[in-house]
Amino acid sequence: MTEKLDPRAARDAGQPALRNADLPAAQTAGRATGRTTARPVRDGVGLGLAVGTSGLAFGAAAVGSGLSVAQACVLSLLAFTGASQFALAGAIAGGGSLAGGVASAVLLGSRNALYGLRLTHVLEPRGPRKLLLAQGVIDETTAVSLAQPDAASARLAFRATFATIYVTWNLCTLLGAYGAGRLGPPQSLGLDVVGPAAFLALIWPRLRAGRTERAVGLLGAAVALTATPFLPPGVPVILAATAALAGALTAPARARETP
Amino acid sequence: MTGTWEAVLVTAAGCYLLKLTGLTVPRSVLDNPRVRRFAELVPVALLAALTAVQAFGAGQALSIDPARLAGLGVAVVALLLRAPFLVVIVVAAGTAAGLRALGVA
Repeated sequence: MTEKLDPRAARDAGQPALRNADLPAAQTAGRATGRTTARPVRDGVGLGLAVGTSGLAFGAAAVGSGLSVAQACVLSLLAFTGASQFALAGAIAGGGSLAGGVASAVLLGSRNALYGLRLTHVLEPRGPRKLLLAQGVIDETTAVSLAQPDAASARLAFRATFATIYVTWNLCTLLGAYGAGRLGPPQSLGLDVVGPAAFLALIWPRLRAGRTERAVGLLGAAVALTATPFLPPGVPVILAATAALAGALTAPARARETP
Repeated sequence: MTGTWEAVLVTAAGCYLLKLTGLTVPRSVLDNPRVRRFAELVPVALLAALTAVQAFGAGQALSIDPARLAGLGVAVVALLLRAPFLVVIVVAAGTAAGLRALGVA
């Protein structure tokens, strides 16, 4: 949904808790004991409530962009990944090609596939349950799960975070969308600032993470702005992915994997 | 609005299938460090691009909207002060709305 809005969770996620090498040992650790069930649930519910309320911002931004209340709610229920949802709303607000908006939204959602690669060994999803668990693979559930000391706690944390964010995010989307539509024109409420401010807040922890991240961010912004007058709206943002490619080819991968 | 509904549903389907793919494909895909680095950097590049385009864009033209940029400036200050996400959004939107209401920008 969103990039690590909780600095504590973000920091924890980078800590040793459940890294690749630890996974087999963690998996054999078995079920969480009574003493260890409190923390995963507390972590998950706390972060879930804090992040889920930003659904208010999405609901307001979506309606300000020209989406209906129903469309905003369907996005939160089915897409359930904040950055992609904001991206589609932004593309629609820009009046650009819907295909371009969809492409950038889906491209932004591709990081959830990478989270899934990491979580599959923790969650051990099987059968129909996998179809449900998949919807919960987002930034926050990954951060909280991977911060847990063992696999059983991680599974519990995943479920607590997923359930809390899902309910809060969807209720707040409805409230934000319904409220914004009744308060006045989007510009007078400053709703045109909600999208860019949200994106900036979402990448802020990444921009602080290192020089490569800052360089890639600046290059991505420059590429998109340069291309804007020449290409249909939505396309310049996709073109900015070349900045990530340049960063990946020129800067070495960090030894430590981050979620 | 049919086109908008289609965009909403295709986005939702695409985002869900990506999540499901992650739980399904072999994790050896991530063994290549450059692939992993690219995947880490894609959100940074795209979100920075979205921020810039929405800050300065007006359809296919570039423009400077003082109220909008002031709101974003306040957002940066709030982020530097480590304000929570919703606070950042509210002060940014509030600044732009306030300046417009006052007719200053």
